Amino acid sequence: MTPPISPEPAEQAVPARQRGFRLSRLSLKALRYHIGGLRSAGVRFALGYAVLFWVSAGLFLSVIWWGTASLLQRQVEASVAADARALSERWSDGGLSALALTIEDRLEDNVDDDALYLLVGPHGERIAGNLPSWPEPVAMSNVWYQLTIKRAGIRGVAEVQSFDLPKNYRLLVGRDVRGRSTLRHLLTDTLFWAWGIITVLTFIGAFFVRSMFRRMISSIARTTSAIAHGDMDRRVPLSGRGDEIDEVAEAINEMLDRIKRLMDGVKQVSNAIAHDLRTPITRARAQLEYAALHARDENSLRSAIEEGVSDLDNITAVFEALLRIAQIEAGSRRSAFASFDLMPVLSDIVELYEPLADDQGSRIMLRAPEHLQFYGDRSMIQQAVSNLIDNAIKFSPHNGTITVAVATGFNPVPADRAGGRIVTLEVSDQGPGMTAADMERASERFFRADAARNTPGSGLGLSLVQAIVHLHGGILQFQSRSPGLCVRMYLPLPEDDGKKQGTDMTEDSHTYHPQDRPDLLVSQS
Amino acid sequence: MRILLVEDDPTVRGFVAKGLSETGHLVEQADNGKDGLFLAVSEKFDVIILDRMLPGGIDGLRILETLRSQANATPVLILSALADVDDRVAGLKAGGDDYLTKPFAFSELLARVEALGRRGRNEAAPQTRLEISGLEMDLLSRSVKRDGQKIDLQPREFRLLEFLMRHAGQVVTRTMLLEGVWDYHFDPQTNVIDVHVSRLRQKVDKPFEAPLIHTVRNAGYMLRAD
Repeated sequence: MTPPISPEPAEQAVPARQRGFRLSRLSLKALRYHIGGLRSAGVRFALGYAVLFWVSAGLFLSVIWWGTASLLQRQVEASVAADARALSERWSDGGLSALALTIEDRLEDNVDDDALYLLVGPHGERIAGNLPSWPEPVAMSNVWYQLTIKRAGIRGVAEVQSFDLPKNYRLLVGRDVRGRSTLRHLLTDTLFWAWGIITVLTFIGAFFVRSMFRRMISSIARTTSAIAHGDMDRRVPLSGRGDEIDEVAEAINEMLDRIKRLMDGVKQVSNAIAHDLRTPITRARAQLEYAALHARDENSLRSAIEEGVSDLDNITAVFEALLRIAQIEAGSRRSAFASFDLMPVLSDIVELYEPLADDQGSRIMLRAPEHLQFYGDRSMIQQAVSNLIDNAIKFSPHNGTITVAVATGFNPVPADRAGGRIVTLEVSDQGPGMTAADMERASERFFRADAARNTPGSGLGLSLVQAIVHLHGGILQFQSRSPGLCVRMYLPLPEDDGKKQGTDMTEDSHTYHPQDRPDLLVSQS
Repeated sequence: MRILLVEDDPTVRGFVAKGLSETGHLVEQADNGKDGLFLAVSEKFDVIILDRMLPGGIDGLRILETLRSQANATPVLILSALADVDDRVAGLKAGGDDYLTKPFAFSELLARVEALGRRGRNEAAPQTRLEISGLEMDLLSRSVKRDGQKIDLQPREFRLLEFLMRHAGQVVTRTMLLEGVWDYHFDPQTNVIDVHVSRLRQKVDKPFEAPLIHTVRNAGYMLRAD
């Protein structure tokens, strides 16, 4: 019933529409453009929908057709069988005359005029019934025959079965199925028309599916292409329904935000490089040039060269720090991640810086558990902590105390890594602190708060700390103390050793009070 | 010492070779990997200075691996513009004995080369005692005496002095101290090392007549008798 379906019908249908709209400018290329060709996902999607819908409608209609046709057939067979049974009972009850009489009665009662009976004797003579003679093809009993019969001048199709009676009498029972085949034709026609309408509906549906698909995709495509052409502020509009398309759009927007942040970072860095590296380079250059032109003796030449070299060394250091930050921020540097005990690392750094703090008239206190297994890059953690301590020493007043405190706890930011154990590592000083606006920008590259302008440094230390903390999946926070500044790193801890470390400290570090912990390891010089 | 220098940049090569010759070393040069490998396997050197990125199809790490696979244990200092921790690890894993990144100060290079050259010689017998003109260090009892007078040192000061004594007569740079004594592989921007050395000086040199720990300008420190 259903012919094999190929994509051609759908493809041809749309050209037909096109042809109607603008006959004059019809060209194959324009056509392909408007259909999009099979390469277009929208067209493929629509075609898939159309084929599926078309085939399933065809199958559905066929099932209805076959169901109805075979039901009619079975009805005929059942009524003929019932008739024959009743008539053979009549024969055994009342003999030949009763049977003939019953047949005549039946024919008289038959309003539809579709019943066929014929009772013949041993020699083929007609005894009763509405057929003129025994039809020739009917030779065997209990087999269905389909015949063309002529009754009252009208040709019709009949289904008959013959039954053998005793004494070589034969009975033929059948039904004229002319009405049934009319019904069948009617049904076929109806279903065929229905199928035609479905085909049209299929094309319309496919067209809608395709344009819907195109609408969904095109907003994303438009946005991304605008971004690709440099309009970084464009975002994919959300429908607000929260469906899959919105999810995709949100993911894309998030990605675009991140790209924008990175681009801004690059821009800011290149500006900063232009400004902050040019200055020392200019200084070194001027010094060397001046020495080359004006130096009177070897000593002044030598000292000018030495100063130039030390300027160049500073520039190299800034370059190295920048490269390192960029590399860490790119997030590829995880090869050196390993599990290690954080505490000896920290006490080593404190020990390294103690004399320096002592020289500045301040002291360093380390408040920490004895052991804390951590997973990360040891050398980077060392560098981050030493940058912080270095800063703290720089800004610590005379007789000030720098506190390095470590505590384990649970994540204070529930949305992120919910319930994960973290270590809080904070370095606080009693220096001038930072204003809220400065804290916002503290981890930007080359940013230097006004208070820090006159201290040595490049403004890259906290950027590096920030990059290292991010690489470890943590958060860097600045908090103003009065007096002083507290820089806090929240770093996630490995999950497995949570139980054995859990008893060391139960609270987040900002809740401690300096005097109430007997187990402090106070290092003081 | 007989030193092989494999470096493709003519300015750097000339500068290093000149500097090494002036300090009394014998320098052989190669400007590509092929020649470098040929020289390294066919002659005997005390130290090899090897650039990592070389023209000629054979890079520094290949030379190093070939040498080590032939059981050649000549100390190798890798000189490279690749400053990554990963790159350093790769260089040291391939058999390098030290790693110096470009740009570098010649004094740092010289200090490291001399340290490497000396290491080859006195690695044979593990020392338990170090002595330089009256300053004695017993590595077993971890005690230090100068002119018979006991000096009390913190554990880290002890290691610092030990490092200086093991490299007595050589320049020891601040980064070498950071790497050797603290095992730190980054540059703390402040003068922490100077502070530690000056504390050590207070104990080792201050009470005595002649100073042993000398500051080498623009380079680092040196422990020597005069």
